[in-house]
Amino acid sequence: MSAPIAAPGAGAGRSGRVGLWLRGRGAAAGPVLAVVLAIFALWYVGTVALNAQWTLDQAARADREVGFAELVADTMAQDRPMLPAPHQVAVELYDTVIAQEITSRRSLVYHAWVTLSATLAGFGFGTVLGILLAVGIVHNRAMDMSVMPWAIASQTIPILAIAPMIIVVLNSIGIQGIVPKAIISAYLSFFPVVVGMVSGLRSPGAMQMDLLRTYSASRGQVFWKLRLPASIPYLFASLKVGIAASLVGAIVGELPTGAVQGLGARLLSGSYYGQTVQIWSALLMAAVCAALLVGAIGAVQRAVLRRMGMDR
Amino acid sequence: MKHGPAAGLLRGGAGPLWIGAALVCAALVDLRLVPVVAVWAGAWWVNTWLAAQRRTRVTTLAVPLLFGLTLLVLWEMVVRLFGVPAVILPPPSAIGARIGAEVPTLWEDFVQTFLRGALTGYVLGCGAALLTAVAIDRSPFLQRGLLPVGNFIAALPIVGTAPILVMWFGFDWESKAAVVVVMVFFPMLVNTVAGLAATDAMQRDLMKTYAAGYWPTLLKLRLPAAMPFVFNGLKICTTLALIGAIVAEFFGSPTRGMGFRISTEVGRLSLDMVWAEITVAALAGSAFYGAVALAERRVTFWHPSQR
Repeated sequence: MSAPIAAPGAGAGRSGRVGLWLRGRGAAAGPVLAVVLAIFALWYVGTVALNAQWTLDQAARADREVGFAELVADTMAQDRPMLPAPHQVAVELYDTVIAQEITSRRSLVYHAWVTLSATLAGFGFGTVLGILLAVGIVHNRAMDMSVMPWAIASQTIPILAIAPMIIVVLNSIGIQGIVPKAIISAYLSFFPVVVGMVSGLRSPGAMQMDLLRTYSASRGQVFWKLRLPASIPYLFASLKVGIAASLVGAIVGELPTGAVQGLGARLLSGSYYGQTVQIWSALLMAAVCAALLVGAIGAVQRAVLRRMGMDR
Repeated sequence: MKHGPAAGLLRGGAGPLWIGAALVCAALVDLRLVPVVAVWAGAWWVNTWLAAQRRTRVTTLAVPLLFGLTLLVLWEMVVRLFGVPAVILPPPSAIGARIGAEVPTLWEDFVQTFLRGALTGYVLGCGAALLTAVAIDRSPFLQRGLLPVGNFIAALPIVGTAPILVMWFGFDWESKAAVVVVMVFFPMLVNTVAGLAATDAMQRDLMKTYAAGYWPTLLKLRLPAAMPFVFNGLKICTTLALIGAIVAEFFGSPTRGMGFRISTEVGRLSLDMVWAEITVAALAGSAFYGAVALAERRVTFWHPSQR
């Protein structure tokens, strides 16, 4: 039975997305700008549409009429709007990013760093473990046949659901702070790296393997001179998937214990107190972090591949 | 990575030696480790032997199954031998018993989270993405603009929109479905747009020689040709849908649902129930993925990866 789950591109399917993204970067900036502007326009329309009800209710309670211009102005200046206007979020971002000391608890940079440090620690750990396991899988048939089906199947299950349990259990045995979140980030980045790295280490064709055999290369030589270099593009593709997953893991890891630091904590407290502007600014900060992380890996990838002579 | 029969025999012959050494080491550290190491080493030895056999349907199934079973047995042994408290790690037998005892609750949560939240959102989100992809396919300008933006958004931590959507759509499953729609939309869109571009000039020219217009070309050539990409998107989205539905419940839900149950039972430290929910979530996720993969085999039987 050729398991459909193991079909080419099935498990590490997200790497295609990354490839497309890279290709898309070369495209003209004009269309992208148009789409981004359209999104902002839609956002403003949505602001008016979603917040109008509250303004009308207030006006009805005060027993007065509101004109259209007043209505529009009011929908963009509410304290707890259903949907804050982009400029409200921008002001909040300015207040919490630029106007605060970055060590202050009110600084979003501080919260972002709390989340990022857990993300990076977990991501590093998960990546190293993933690469080691992949090397083992490629060189040991028993390991391949025992572990690989589970590693692939693990990509189809919502492992993020384990996050609250890890946090609480580690909390109950006295481990707090960065470690539980890092563990969640680690296991979320672990499986994509294993799957991507195994296909990368297996990517050399029969011709190349035969060539090394004619040189009577040892297993170690085949590994260092052929398999490892050939696996690097695959590794980077799965690293991008892994780091995005790590960030989500760290954010979700902050939810269950009612943590007071980190982007997840900002999301949660925002949702408790109806502070929508805070939620949106935390969300945008998370988006910026994700973009920076994926962008950084992309930069390293380009540099490494160029150095290896593998760039397109 | 081929081993001749001699290598396999050698390995089998050296196996017991290693097992003996490991057992002695275990006994020196802690006597309770001896049975644990014995089970591990024994199962590993069997697996090594099985893997060295000719690869058949039986061995490709038996090896991972034996590995999984061994892990479960080890888990049970470690918990019992070392007296790990149930609030840290319940044994698999307790989890199994809990699953058996709580079938109605688990089913209720499954219906709430999977059938109502995840599946509704999945169908709506993927359907909308498919239609959007077909719509923007006629405009190269929109494609060039939407693709980079879509790819960017697809890499963002979209689960973070959960608190906002819970605020908009209320605590019940509608908000979970909305989170799922947002999560699956962009991966699906990007995959479908890529798929619609996957025909080659020869095929399009052939359609032109038949004087086929836009719609016949779309229905008879481009959509079928896009199916491998579409199904790749659909498969990625199965996992995303479940994650979205479960995590959105952490931000508020009625008193049922997998995410709700996980977060409250974790708070009450009844971890066997949490593991039971996780088991259900894992089974649901795999079954969902499997169903989509099965449909893919039916639809894209012509594609090289399916042969």
